[in-house]
Amino acid sequence: MLYLDNAATTPLRPEAREAMAPFLGDAFGNPSGVHGVARRAKNAMEAAREQVAELVGAAHPLEIVFTGGGTESDNLAVVGAALAGGRRGGVVTTAVEHEAVLEAARFAGRLGCQVEVVGVDHRGVAAPEVVAASAGPDTAVVSVMAANNETGARQPVAKIAHAVRAVAPQALIHSDAVQAFASDDVTVDALGVDLLTIASHKFGGPKGVGMLYVRDGVELEPVLHGGGQELGRRSGTHNVAGIVGMAAAMAAAVADRAGFRERIGEARRRFEARIQGARPDVEFTVPAADRLVQHSHLRFPGTGADTMLIRLDQAQVAASAGSACSSGAMKTSHVLAAMGMDHAAARECLRFTFGWQHGPEDGDAAAAIVTAAAGARR
Amino acid sequence: MRALVAMSGGVDSSVAAALMLEDGHEVVGVTLKQWEGADGSLPTAGCCTVADAEDARRVAAQLDVPYYVLDYVAEFRAAVVDRFGADYLAGRTPNPCVECNRRVRFRALLDRADALGCDLLVTGHHARVRRNGRYRLLRATDPGKDQSYVLHMLGQADLARVRLPVGEMTKDEVRAHAGRLGLRSAAKPDSQDICFVAGGDYREFLRTHFPAAARPGPIVDEQGRQVGTHAGTAGFTVGQRRGLGVAAGERRYVTSVDAPTATVTIGPRAALATAGCRVSGMSWVAGEAPAGRDVAVQLRYRSRPVPATLAPAGDDWELDFAAPQHGVAVGQAAVVYAGDEVLGGGTIEATRPA
Repeated sequence: MLYLDNAATTPLRPEAREAMAPFLGDAFGNPSGVHGVARRAKNAMEAAREQVAELVGAAHPLEIVFTGGGTESDNLAVVGAALAGGRRGGVVTTAVEHEAVLEAARFAGRLGCQVEVVGVDHRGVAAPEVVAASAGPDTAVVSVMAANNETGARQPVAKIAHAVRAVAPQALIHSDAVQAFASDDVTVDALGVDLLTIASHKFGGPKGVGMLYVRDGVELEPVLHGGGQELGRRSGTHNVAGIVGMAAAMAAAVADRAGFRERIGEARRRFEARIQGARPDVEFTVPAADRLVQHSHLRFPGTGADTMLIRLDQAQVAASAGSACSSGAMKTSHVLAAMGMDHAAARECLRFTFGWQHGPEDGDAAAAIVTAAAGARR
Repeated sequence: MRALVAMSGGVDSSVAAALMLEDGHEVVGVTLKQWEGADGSLPTAGCCTVADAEDARRVAAQLDVPYYVLDYVAEFRAAVVDRFGADYLAGRTPNPCVECNRRVRFRALLDRADALGCDLLVTGHHARVRRNGRYRLLRATDPGKDQSYVLHMLGQADLARVRLPVGEMTKDEVRAHAGRLGLRSAAKPDSQDICFVAGGDYREFLRTHFPAAARPGPIVDEQGRQVGTHAGTAGFTVGQRRGLGVAAGERRYVTSVDAPTATVTIGPRAALATAGCRVSGMSWVAGEAPAGRDVAVQLRYRSRPVPATLAPAGDDWELDFAAPQHGVAVGQAAVVYAGDEVLGGGTIEATRPA
């Protein structure tokens, strides 16, 4: 199976597996204890915290809150910021955000917060001045993703942060960098954010663990209430093996980033060039310069994405059409709709996402299978 | 050969998939997602619930065949559900399963079979396909489970590719086979309800989704005298006796439903007697009308066929019943049989009083 669905999840990096092994065995302790078993877990977790803090450019390890994944981090950022201090602060976000942000914003809206959802252009990009124009004195948080999970389109987060701070200095800036982290140099100061979501399993770490960077001094209302772990910001016994695995995968991903961009960039260029050669009618949703290096989002006019995905599955290629519902049936993409694509065209779009396990030659192999599947007619 | 198997999660389609594998075919399992709840989830009752799709997925995994869920919600809504409501509002008695097979399921599945390079389409319907020169559609081996009525729209090109393996078996044999294979659907009860109507209460569904069906109005007798009131025409179909809320010495039946005036007319059983009906959209399994004009016609899903004479009437056909029939409802399918063989069928457009 040629796995080209790395935006959905990635295989575990060996570094992560190795780092996790002790914590799935002898070192099983709950870090919130006083004895040696707990201490071993606690020490490993705090070492992981220091490591990831450095990797995202945090000023202090305690700016890192470990969570159960990207969705939880997004909820804590958006809901936590909107409700902080007992207020009902405003939320500004974009129409192409991950559901974890959009649904968290809608939830805040149901609790009485003002929610503004900003539109995007045909490339899926939100204009900084438009985002800033939606923010005001009552805005608690502005959430804009670093790059889109379906199309790979990057957002100008730093420019948006700058524009928003000029008009709404009190507003916190959050970015979901779940998709971008594997390939892009994501640091909190470069993005200009106060809150940053990272999910472990998108860059070779285990599933079920993530983190939220919370800039020192930022107050959040917790969304999980309980034993007060993570300085009260996220209750619940720590997933120590997951946290340690995430840190190891993150270190490996950051060390490999330049190579990743070169290797995967070449794979994707070959992939797209060969497909275009075989099927000149193919349409790419977002120009290559505006999207993540590992993302190829394209449309074969006249062939339904669900048919293509089944043909590809039969030909041992794992791809995706963006998002699927609980049954596995395709959902209409809110991202493509926000970009102005009509429903029929959106149902013909496919997403191919390369990952750390790939090399340039995988682009050739993938293109051969995909063009054969696209051309297969009785 | 390569077979696309429409899997519902029920025992029949599960066994159909297993039988195709046993016959040495390659199997691809699919479920058509046709309806969803308000939040985009699968419905919680009926034939395509989340649990059913999961059952189908688990059976496919057990058989080690690939399995996919395909989204036909928009097509199904337009072709079946909206039409179901519109038909009721027009005083007709639609059969959504027939409409679904005619307008959505088989076309969708056959197109999909083409697109996926499948030679055969397999479903878990109880009916039989035979070939001697041309393809013939026959009633199922198990008369109590026969579904040939809802398949009458299949033509030669369809039947050339359709296989109905469980139609050759009794339901007990199907369950026994599922049990032998250890299929998790072996003991699952048969689905009965309209798939998109949660809990089986189609009247409530109509009231919710088609508010015009909840418009109160008069119940009148054959002379036009008001004898009661009703809470909405959605509650009534022609031939219905229960739930009229009218006290009368003689048994009374719904004889017509006039949606524009929200009027329900009732009368004695004799008033239901119908000498014949006009049938539109007739399709013939053989691709042409039968030479003989003396046929048997089945006027509802679970009813006995009755002798009738067939005559062309423009694009439609007229059926004259050998004896008056009661409770013939406009909107239902009239399916023409010769013995066990389906000759064709269409939609009842109008009835003629006896």
